[in-house]
Amino acid sequence: MNIKEWIFTTDHKRVGILYLIGSMAAFAIAGVMAMMMRIELSTLGPTITDNPTTYNVWLYSHGAIMILAFQIPALTGFFANFCIPLMIGAKDVAFPRVNALSVWLFYVGVILALLTFFVPDPPDVMWTGYPPYSTITTGNTAFYTFTVLILGFASIIGGVNFLTTVAYMRAPGMGWTKLNIFVWCTLGAFVLQLIFVPVLGTAVTLISLDKYLGTHFFDPTNGGDVLTYQNLFWFYSHPAVYVIFLPFFGVLFEIVATFARNQVFNYKMVVFGGIFGIVALAGVVWVHHLYVSGMADWLRIGMMITTLMISVPVGLMLIGLVGTLYKGSITFETPMLYASGVMFLFLIGGLTGIPLALPSLTIHLARTYYVVGHFHYVMAVAGTFAIFAGVYYWFPKFTGRMYNEFWGKLGFWITFVGTNIVFWTMMDIGVQGMPRRYYDYAQFPQFVSAHQLMTLGSIILGIGFVIAVVNWIVGAIRGPKAGDNPWGSHSLEWTTVSPPPYGNWPSPPSVAENWTPYGYEKR
Amino acid sequence: MRNVKKLAAAAGCLVSASIAFAAANPVTAGSGAPPAIKDPAVEWDHLWREVIIDITIIGVVFALITAWLLWRYRHRPGNETGHAPKLSAAAAVAWVVIPTFVFLADDLYLAAKGWQLWNVYREVPADRLEISLETGMYSFDYTYPNGVRTQNELKVPAGKPVLLRMTSRDTLHNHFIPDFRVKEDSMPGRITYLWFLPKEAGKQHVVSCAAYCGVMHSYMAGKIVVLSPEDYKAWYDQEGAKLNDTKSAAEQTKAMPARKS
Repeated sequence: MNIKEWIFTTDHKRVGILYLIGSMAAFAIAGVMAMMMRIELSTLGPTITDNPTTYNVWLYSHGAIMILAFQIPALTGFFANFCIPLMIGAKDVAFPRVNALSVWLFYVGVILALLTFFVPDPPDVMWTGYPPYSTITTGNTAFYTFTVLILGFASIIGGVNFLTTVAYMRAPGMGWTKLNIFVWCTLGAFVLQLIFVPVLGTAVTLISLDKYLGTHFFDPTNGGDVLTYQNLFWFYSHPAVYVIFLPFFGVLFEIVATFARNQVFNYKMVVFGGIFGIVALAGVVWVHHLYVSGMADWLRIGMMITTLMISVPVGLMLIGLVGTLYKGSITFETPMLYASGVMFLFLIGGLTGIPLALPSLTIHLARTYYVVGHFHYVMAVAGTFAIFAGVYYWFPKFTGRMYNEFWGKLGFWITFVGTNIVFWTMMDIGVQGMPRRYYDYAQFPQFVSAHQLMTLGSIILGIGFVIAVVNWIVGAIRGPKAGDNPWGSHSLEWTTVSPPPYGNWPSPPSVAENWTPYGYEKR
Repeated sequence: MRNVKKLAAAAGCLVSASIAFAAANPVTAGSGAPPAIKDPAVEWDHLWREVIIDITIIGVVFALITAWLLWRYRHRPGNETGHAPKLSAAAAVAWVVIPTFVFLADDLYLAAKGWQLWNVYREVPADRLEISLETGMYSFDYTYPNGVRTQNELKVPAGKPVLLRMTSRDTLHNHFIPDFRVKEDSMPGRITYLWFLPKEAGKQHVVSCAAYCGVMHSYMAGKIVVLSPEDYKAWYDQEGAKLNDTKSAAEQTKAMPARKS
C-alpha cells in the first residue's frame, strides 16, 4: 500500500476511510479524557490531579473533540463520502479535489484540537466557550476558535460537494423518491451545516477578536452583551444536534431495512414529514439551551412550543424505523444488534428531553447531570452506537473482509450495559441537584457512591468500545473474505465488488422503473 | 373512499379532543380572588411527577411495541423476505396525521402545564424580601435592603418569599438552590431575578454555582439559612445597628480633619 496514494487521493472511498481513521483517533482520545474525568470524580477531593484546570481541559477537549472531530466527521465525513456516491450510482463526488481538500482540513483541525494537550495554557472554556470567561481566561481561546473554524470549513465544502453530487449525479432512472433514506438524511444535515456553520464561525471569531484584539462585542462595560454570544452559539449548535441525528438515523434505516429484509415503512412520511420537518424546525428552537440564561420570558415560552413540536417529526421518523420491522424477517447480526440497541437508547434519550422542553422544569434541571445524561443518551451514545452499527454494516464493503461476529456481539452487550449504568445514574443524581462541570463536589457528599458507580460503568463501557475497535482492526487485516453482498441487501452500494474499485462500477449502473433500494419482496 | 371518511372522522375527533384538553387547562387563571402564595418548589414536584408519568407511559408503550416486533418478526425458516403490506394512500396519510395529532395534543397539554408553572416562577408575590446579589469569582455577595452585606450565606425568614436581583462583576455565574428547584444565571451588564419560598425555620439549603465560571467553579458554593421570623428580625436589626454604628463612626473620622482646617 502506497501511503502517498492515500494522502493525495481524490477517490471518495479513500477520502471516506481517511475521515473514519481520523475521527476514530479523535474518539479514542476524547474517550480517554472521559475516563480520566470519571476516575477523578470517583472520590471527593483531588483523586488523580489536584489542579482543577487540568480537569477543565479534559472536559473541554472531551466535548469539543467528540462533537466536532468525531461524530460530525464520522457521519458527514466517512458515511457520506463512502456511501452516497455508491448509493446513487455515481462514479465519484462532483468535486473530487474539493473533497480531498476537506479531508486535509479535517486533519489539520484534528491536529489543532490535539495540540490542546501540548501548548502551555490550553483552552479551558468548555466546548461552548461562553464569554466573559473565554475572553478573560489565561487559557489559549484561539485554539478553540481555530479548531472550530477549520473543522467548520471542512464541513461546509463537504456540504456543497454532496448537495451537488446528489442533485446532478444520480444514476439514470433514480428519482428523488428512490434515494436511500440515508441519502435524504445526509442532505438534510448538509443543508443545516451550510446555513448554520457560518453563524458559529462568526461567534467564535468574535470571541478571539474580543480576547486578542480588544474589541467589545461581548463586553457590557463597553456596550457589548454577553448573551449575544450564547444566542449565536446555540443558533448553530442546536441544529448541530440534527446534523448528528439525521445521518445516524439514516444509517439505522439502512441497517434495519436490510436486516428485516423489508421495505422502509411509509418512506414518504419519513422523508417529507420527518426529515423535512426537522430541517424546518431546527433553527427556531435554540433558546431551550438558554432557559436559565436570563433571556426574555416571551422567548422562553415561544421556544418551549417550537421545542415540543420537534417531537412530531422525530416521532414520525421513529415510527418509520420501528414500523420497518413489521412483518419483516429479522436476523440479529452485530450491526442489527447495535441498531436495535439504539432504538431503546434513543427512546430514553428522546423522552427525557421532554421535561427539558419546559422552561419551568428546566429551571431546576438545567446545568445538572440530568442534562448531561439526557444528551448522552439521545445524541452522544445513540449516535456513537449508530456509528458503530454503520461501520460494522459497511465493514465488508469497504474492507472486503468480515469482522468476528462473536466479538462484535460481545462488544455490543458490554457497551450497552455500561452505557445504561453510567447515564441512567447520571440523570438520577442530576434530578437531585448535582451540577455539571464540577471538578469536585464537596457540597454534595451524598453523591459519592453514585459517582463511583458511574466510574465503574464507564470502565465497562470503555472495554466494550475497545473490543469493537480491535475487532475491526483484526478483521480488516486477517478477516475472511466477505463477498460482494454478505447481507443480501438491495441497495445499490452492494452491487459492486468489495472493496469497490476506483470508479465504483466497470460500467455506470442504471436502475429499473420499479426498483427501490428496499425492494425485498417481488410484487 | 370509505378510508378517507374514517380518517377525516378520526382527525376531527383528535382536533376536538386536543382543543378540549387545552380548554380544560387554561393558561392563565383569572378568577379575581387574591391567590394564595404558591410554592414553586412544590409545584415543580407536581409537574415533574406528571411529566414523568406521561413520558414513562409513552416510553413503555413504544419499547414494548419495538421489543415485540423484534421478537415476533425474527427470521424463521421459510420466511426469507419481509412481507410488509403496501400502504394505501389513505393509510400512508393517516400514519402521518394521526401520530401528529396525538403528539401535538400531548405537546399542547404539556405546554399549558409548563406555562402555568412558569408564571408561578416569574410572578413574584408582592409581600417579599428583596435582596440584591452580586456574584464574582468565586463568591455570592448578598446585600439586604438596610445595606447589610453577607457573603456565601443568606439568612432568610421562614414563610416569606425571597426575591434575588442578580448581577455579576466578572463572568457568568448561576445561583442554583437544588432544594428550592430554582436557578438563574447572573452576568455583567444585565439584572436577572429568581424567587423562592423558604418554609422551615432551622433548615439550611445548599447554594451552588451552576454556570461554568472559571478554574474554581466547583468550589463556588454557599448556603441559605432559614430562621424563624423573630430570630430573623433580631439578627437583621442587630446587623443593621452594627452597620449604622460603623457608618457613623466612619463619617466622624472623615469629618474630623475637615473641621480642623
